[in-house]
Amino acid sequence: MAEVTVTDIVKNFGKVEVLKKVSVRIEDGELLVILGPSGCGKSTLLRIIAGLETATSGDVHIGERLVNDLEPAERDIAMVFQNYALYPHMSVRQNMAYGLKNLGTPKPIIEQRVAEAAKILGLADLLDRKPRQLSGGQRQRVAMGRAIVREPKAFLFDEPLSNLDAKLRVQMRHEIRELQNRLKTTGIFVTHDQVEAMTLGDRLMVLNAGVVEQIGAPFEVYSRPASLFVAEFIGSPAMNLLDGDIDQDGRKVAFGGTHLPLGQPLTNHAGRRVRVGLRPEHLGEAVAGSTATADPTPGALDVLIEWIELLGADTVAHGRLQDGQVVTVRLPGDHLVQTGDRLAVVLAPANLHLFDPQTGTRLEHTA
Amino acid sequence: MVENRPLFMVFVHLTLILGVLIVALPIYVTFVASTQAPGDVLRAPIPMTMGDQLAHNYSAVLGTGLERASSGPVAPMMLNSFIMAMGIAIGKIAISLLSAFAIVYFRFPGRMLAFWTIFITLMLPVEVRILPTYEVMAQLKLLNTYTGLILPLIASATATFLFRQFFMTVPDELVEAARVDGAGPMKFFWDILLPLSRTNIAALFVILFIYGWNQYLWPLLITTDESMYTIVMAIQRMVVAAENEPEWHFITAVAVLALIPPVLVVVFMQRLFVKGLVDTEK
Ligand SMILES: Nc1ncnc2c1ncn2[C@@H]1O[C@H](COP(=O)(O)OP(=O)(O)OP(=O)(O)O)[C@@H](O)[C@H]1O
Ligand SMILES: [Mg+2]
Repeated sequence: MAEVTVTDIVKNFGKVEVLKKVSVRIEDGELLVILGPSGCGKSTLLRIIAGLETATSGDVHIGERLVNDLEPAERDIAMVFQNYALYPHMSVRQNMAYGLKNLGTPKPIIEQRVAEAAKILGLADLLDRKPRQLSGGQRQRVAMGRAIVREPKAFLFDEPLSNLDAKLRVQMRHEIRELQNRLKTTGIFVTHDQVEAMTLGDRLMVLNAGVVEQIGAPFEVYSRPASLFVAEFIGSPAMNLLDGDIDQDGRKVAFGGTHLPLGQPLTNHAGRRVRVGLRPEHLGEAVAGSTATADPTPGALDVLIEWIELLGADTVAHGRLQDGQVVTVRLPGDHLVQTGDRLAVVLAPANLHLFDPQTGTRLEHTA
Repeated sequence: MVENRPLFMVFVHLTLILGVLIVALPIYVTFVASTQAPGDVLRAPIPMTMGDQLAHNYSAVLGTGLERASSGPVAPMMLNSFIMAMGIAIGKIAISLLSAFAIVYFRFPGRMLAFWTIFITLMLPVEVRILPTYEVMAQLKLLNTYTGLILPLIASATATFLFRQFFMTVPDELVEAARVDGAGPMKFFWDILLPLSRTNIAALFVILFIYGWNQYLWPLLITTDESMYTIVMAIQRMVVAAENEPEWHFITAVAVLALIPPVLVVVFMQRLFVKGLVDTEK
């Protein structure tokens, strides 16, 4: 068990810079999820940590040890691949034992560890089968077993669940989480699936075009996205991003034909043009009519519904604000709206996100 | 395509039976001829039923040799042929496995040049380069040796190419998994690549064994010592034996004998062979 430290990793493939100074420290026993769109360099980063690829510059430490120049096998890591990469001609038992055998581990210990792993993963009855005689989920477990028996310092997962059907994926996600809790082994899990990222990791790292956009607990990343990219990437349906202006005293933001008070005054950004982020699920219909509070709902947005998606549990309504900007609102499934309706929509000031339109960074009140 | 109309089935079977007959008839005629007494073979209607000289003819060719054709016994020649065929088949497989391994898995300077050089030799069959090869073998004093019979035929562009194609279908992830599991290059080769190539090797072995067994021109050139003759060249020598009428009842017996080992190899390897042709276990 050990922490994994990645420092200023740069990777060029020819002229293309795939990773641009990526740094992250994964604590002992922590599971870090790396999330990002296709081609952003997730696998490349993982493979550099594994030693399957060499970085152009930068360091990888596993525990206290600098491992830049070590072969994968010497790094004391185990990797679970997207397509499992089981040895087709070996039985499940041999697949799990192969790494240990190469390390010169004594037979009785190998047998004991394989038996243990098989028990944990429910593979005990399948030990003598060949991979092709197993279902996708079982193969996935064997791949996990192969990693577990090594008792490595860190597990590396490269989209290990993407070949499973939806139901199995939920189950395996749960199993990986359980297993990681039990073994307390440091883990790095690459995925482009948001749900996996939100549910699996202790921390989440969002990667975009080789740059780390944000590292934080999943809920923190969701609730306080550090950049426009993260804001748009995390959450489904995606966050609404609208043009707006902060007023002169930095207490309100004007957009879509209305003013909304800010949760925290942003005096240092007073008068600026900003991007305003609103999550569809944070928008709700204003309580209408006489029962409403004395104020006419302050700063309600007036949305003209253009089309709706009925998802059962939710209704997603797409429409336009008075100034023509497009917004998406997520309403409860039993909420009946129709194309052409006008909806007065409100949200809590705390759920308002503001970003610098040029740099994309989150605007915060700086005390 | 699955067709179940009875008429179609009859047609299919008739076609197949016809094919078998066309292939089998000459072999049958040869076999029948090899059981006849001298002279009976050439009598007007070709004999179509077994003669009574089976034991006599075969023991004569195998054991004592043919005096009139001035040819020794065939049994040692079969052994020579067998050694040559095995040597060629195993040697070709070993060398092409290794060279394909090098070309696919290692990045070394001149890698593509090496590959294309090997590939180009596909255009140069044994016959084209036979004289220089002979010269080399003579210089190395390898005439009339097994090494001389086997070595020049071992390099194989075809087999190298086939293994290269197969290795390229082995997923990269498997190679990487092996690296993570601590398998160095040769360990990966032995523990993973070789077992995965099993069926391909078997299929290739059959083909190459027959190729080696049927070699004619090269053994004819390089062997002058009767103890090194191979059976295929012996057949030819018996047919053209000086001044004498060819003894067809003996020659056909030798031909039948020459047929047996390749057939046995096919029969024994068939299970693996067919598997190697139809599926790749990945
Ligand atoms: N061996 C290579 N040679 C050249 N370019 C490469 C190589 N491997 C990856 N790349 C490039 O590096 C970039 C990052 O690739 P990487 O595989 O890390 O993406 P990823 O984030 O894992 O994407 P995905 O989610 O699709 O797996 C891509 O643009 C890819 O084309
Ligand atoms: Mg990837």
